[in-house]
Amino acid sequence: MIKLIIILLSAVFINNYILSRFLGICPFLGVSKKLDSATGMSLAVIFVMMIATAVTWPIQMFLLNPNNLGYLQTIVFILVIAALVQLVEIVLKRYVPALHKSLGVYLPLITTNCAILGVTILNIDEGYTFAESMVNSLGSGLGFMLAMIMFSGVRSKLEGADIPKSFKGLPITLVAASITSLSFMGFGGVIENMFA
Amino acid sequence: MNVILAAVIPVVIIGLICAVVLVTASKLMAVKEDERLPKVRECLPGANCGACGFAGCDGYAKALVENETTPTNLCVPGADAVSHQLSDILGKEFEDVVEQVAVVHCSGDCENTEDNVDYYGIETCSAAKLLFGGKGKCVFGCVGFGDCKNVCPNDAIVIKNGIAQVCRADCVGCGLCVKTCPNKLISLVPDTKNYAVLCSNKDKGAVTRKVCKKGCIGCRKCEKVCPAQAIKVIDNVAVIDYEKCTNCGACVENCTTQGIGIIK
Repeated sequence: MIKLIIILLSAVFINNYILSRFLGICPFLGVSKKLDSATGMSLAVIFVMMIATAVTWPIQMFLLNPNNLGYLQTIVFILVIAALVQLVEIVLKRYVPALHKSLGVYLPLITTNCAILGVTILNIDEGYTFAESMVNSLGSGLGFMLAMIMFSGVRSKLEGADIPKSFKGLPITLVAASITSLSFMGFGGVIENMFA
Repeated sequence: MNVILAAVIPVVIIGLICAVVLVTASKLMAVKEDERLPKVRECLPGANCGACGFAGCDGYAKALVENETTPTNLCVPGADAVSHQLSDILGKEFEDVVEQVAVVHCSGDCENTEDNVDYYGIETCSAAKLLFGGKGKCVFGCVGFGDCKNVCPNDAIVIKNGIAQVCRADCVGCGLCVKTCPNKLISLVPDTKNYAVLCSNKDKGAVTRKVCKKGCIGCRKCEKVCPAQAIKVIDNVAVIDYEKCTNCGACVENCTTQGIGIIK
C-alpha cells in the first residue's frame, strides 16, 4: 500500500510529466491560456492515460512479451491508443453528450500525445504491476493537471504584465515555464524520505 | 523473412481489429445530425460576432435547426440576404432584419472637454478606467484608447480627436463594441434613425457643464418639444425611445447644449 502511495505522490510531484520529464509540452503551452480549458484538457489527459494504461499493459504482458515482440511496443501502443480514444469519443458522443461536450474537443488532441505514450511505456520499463501502473497513470495525469492549472495562473498574470516587446508571446511563456519547472526540483528526494 | 512476418502480421491483425471495432462503433452509435445544419451554417457569415445572442455562428445554426421557434432574422451582419436564405432552407416565412448601427454616446472630444491627469499607464480604456475613472475630466465620457476600435471586426470605429467615432457605412451592428466599452457609452440604434443623445453624463447639469461644453445638462427641453414623447430625461441625461422616435429632428434644433446630435 505504501508503495502505491509513493508511486502516486512521486508521479505527481517529483517525476511530474511536464515539469520534470518534459513530456506533453505542446498542450502545456497551447491550452494553458485559460483556466477552464486547462482544466478540461487535464481531465481528458487523466482519463486517456488511465484507459490507455488499462489496455496497453495487458497487451505488453500477454501478447508482446510471450511472443518476443517487445520491439513492436511503440508502434502497437500508438495504434491501440489512437483507436481506443476514437472509440471512446464515439461512445461518449452517443451516451454521455454532456461529458463529450466538455472533454470532446480535447480528446482528439491528445490521442497521439507523447505524455500518453510516455506513461504507458514507462509503466512497462519500470516493471510495475497492473495496479501500480494504474496508480502511476493516475498520478501522472494529476501531475499534468497540477502543472496546467498552476501555469494557467502564471499566464493570466503574464497577460496583464508590461512585457518588453521582444519577449511578448511565446518567449516569455517559455521563460515562465522554465522557472515553474525549476520550482519543482525542490521536491526531489522529499517523497522517498517521507516514508523512510 | 520469418522475422519480418512475425512483426508485420501481429501489427496488421491489431490494426484490422481496431478498424473493425471503430467502423462498427461509428455505424452503431452514430449520432444523427440534421442535414440542414451544414447548409444553415454555410449561409451565416461566420464572423462569430454574437449579435444574434447565441455563442457564435455554430450556436445560432444549431438553435435554428433544433428549435422551430428561433427567428431567422437575428443575424445582423448578414442582414436581409442571410435571412432570406435561412427562411428558404428552413421553410419559414421571411422576416425583415432590423439593421442596427452602433452609436457612441459622447461628444467629449479635445475641443469640448480636456484631460484631468497625465496618464502614463497601459494604453487601454479598461486599464485607464481603473485609475480615478479615466484620464478625462468627465468620468462618464469616452476614454479614447480605442478598446472598441480593437474589437471591431469591420474597422468601422476610428479614434478621432480623442473620442471614438463609428463610421455608419461600415458598421454591421454586431454589438461587440457595446460589450467592450468600460463606460457603456456605445449602444445599438436602428439604422433608420438619424438622431441620438451624444452624452452619457449622469451628473447634475451644473457639474456636467463644467467638464464638457457639449454635455447633456438634463434641462428637459427636448422632452417638451418632442412631438412623439419619445424622449425622457433619466438620471440627468436624455434618453431617446427609438420605438417612438419619428426622425423629426425637433430635439436637435432645440437642444441648449448640442447634447443631442445627428448620427454621422
